Amino acid sequence: MKTLKERQDELVEEFSMFDDWLDKYEYLIDLGKNLEPFPEELKTDDRLIKGCQSRVWLDAEAKDGAIVFRADSDAIITKGIISMLISVYSGRRAEEIAGDDFSFVDRLGLKENLSPTRANGLVSMLETIRNIAQNNR
Amino acid sequence: MDVQELRKEFTQLDEKVYGKPLVYLDNAATSLRPRGVVSKWVELSERYSANIHRAVHHISSIATEEYEHARETVAAYLNVSPGEVVFTSGTTASVNLAAFSFGEAFVGEGDEIIVSESEHHSDLVPWQMMCERKRAVLKVLEVDEEGRLRIDELGSMISRRTKLVCVTHVSNVLGLVNPIKAIAEICHSHGCRLLVDGAQGAVHGHPDLKDLDCDFYAFSGHKMYAAPGTGVLYGKKELLDAMPPYMGGGEMVGSVKWSGTTYAPVPLKFEAGTQNFAGAPTMVPAIRMLELMEDAEIERNIDEITAYLLEELPKIPGLRLYGIPGEAYGQDFRKIPLFSFSVEHCHHEDLALILDKMGIALRSGQMCAEPLMDRFGVTGMLRASFAPYNTMEETGYFLSSLKKAIKMLEA
Repeated sequence: MKTLKERQDELVEEFSMFDDWLDKYEYLIDLGKNLEPFPEELKTDDRLIKGCQSRVWLDAEAKDGAIVFRADSDAIITKGIISMLISVYSGRRAEEIAGDDFSFVDRLGLKENLSPTRANGLVSMLETIRNIAQNNR
Repeated sequence: MDVQELRKEFTQLDEKVYGKPLVYLDNAATSLRPRGVVSKWVELSERYSANIHRAVHHISSIATEEYEHARETVAAYLNVSPGEVVFTSGTTASVNLAAFSFGEAFVGEGDEIIVSESEHHSDLVPWQMMCERKRAVLKVLEVDEEGRLRIDELGSMISRRTKLVCVTHVSNVLGLVNPIKAIAEICHSHGCRLLVDGAQGAVHGHPDLKDLDCDFYAFSGHKMYAAPGTGVLYGKKELLDAMPPYMGGGEMVGSVKWSGTTYAPVPLKFEAGTQNFAGAPTMVPAIRMLELMEDAEIERNIDEITAYLLEELPKIPGLRLYGIPGEAYGQDFRKIPLFSFSVEHCHHEDLALILDKMGIALRSGQMCAEPLMDRFGVTGMLRASFAPYNTMEETGYFLSSLKKAIKMLEA
């Protein structure tokens, strides 16, 4: 398994290959479509992330000392974004996640290029992941 | 006057977003401001900043004159008297004022207020709050599948306990013009009052409040080309006189003693604290702009855009348009150039994000009308709302971009 830093660098590089924002959206849409199916019964209010215009559910499960994240959204671009976050953080130890400064998101250039409501959603997603990690330490 | 000439008055139309020309289709959220409004605003800020209605000095009297001239202009435009025009910070403030003060004066336990299902939260939550405070009952007048208000049910809904009916002139989601005059007749013949949310209605068409005969009419300046933070509550004189003030302080008083306070006459009674003296006078050039837009060629352009979209949008597979114009309940429900819709298998937010990157500004989400979203079984919609400065070319670009965005999401 790659280190957290390696995976983040890889993602930033992948994302920077697209010049046009519509291409970046195409990429996120693809990621969203390919996200592993999320069980319907897990779509509960306590798994909903607040602060997004669309609905985003995040499930966290402790497995062999690591946290496994699964997620879903009714909007496909949001689903692509959460898919990206899962690919970075899922399967890692709580200490490692909680210790991250989450600055790779700034390097992706996502925050400034999404509408404020969406950026808020992104911030809420990151906060939720961080909180889960801190509570599982 | 042609549209290109009109566009020169609105400098923001020259903006580029992500390197593409801005296509501004979020006019129902807030309109753009013409040069005349901006220069009035700047002039008052740069040269005539002074508190109004109180000081005797020269600058203050100029500022007061500008402010009161705006009140007279608004009154003349609406065909009412200046004493019936209360300046507020916007529609929301206007309705909250009405809800509080009307409630205090006329509503008691067990009384009823009727609101329509298509109300913006700003003409809904204040009534819920007032009903809770007064232990009154809130009743809902529904809309049908086409989005047309069920005015055939209104008469039988009004009881002897009904004090007020609150409907929007034009819903910010459905874009249909409600038959206010007919609604006012029903209300008055049953002995209750009518408040109209004119946030969208004051911009599309020229409301003659004497003719419509509503008892209150609330609207915002910022949606009708004036400065943000400006608004109006029109109320019939005898009602405003009978209502207690909403907020206390500033120049809303007659005399203040430890033994009690008397209040200034209407409308000052409702204008507590320092008023928006730089903003309110921009209603004058804003109204001049509205009058300029009552031009045959300008009207033809926006009518063509409306007709074109009414024909083309429903042709897109999976697209559902909300608010269909036509005859119902003995009334003709006309459509303003405001189109809310959903597309099967495409989330409104995804569409809005992609269209944004194509330079198109429009609205997605619940549009401050959650009960109406529930009514139609959706979590949100997409809304394109046009102004007279929008062109047929922009309309075509919007349509082709929308189709492209749908394809991106489907692929």
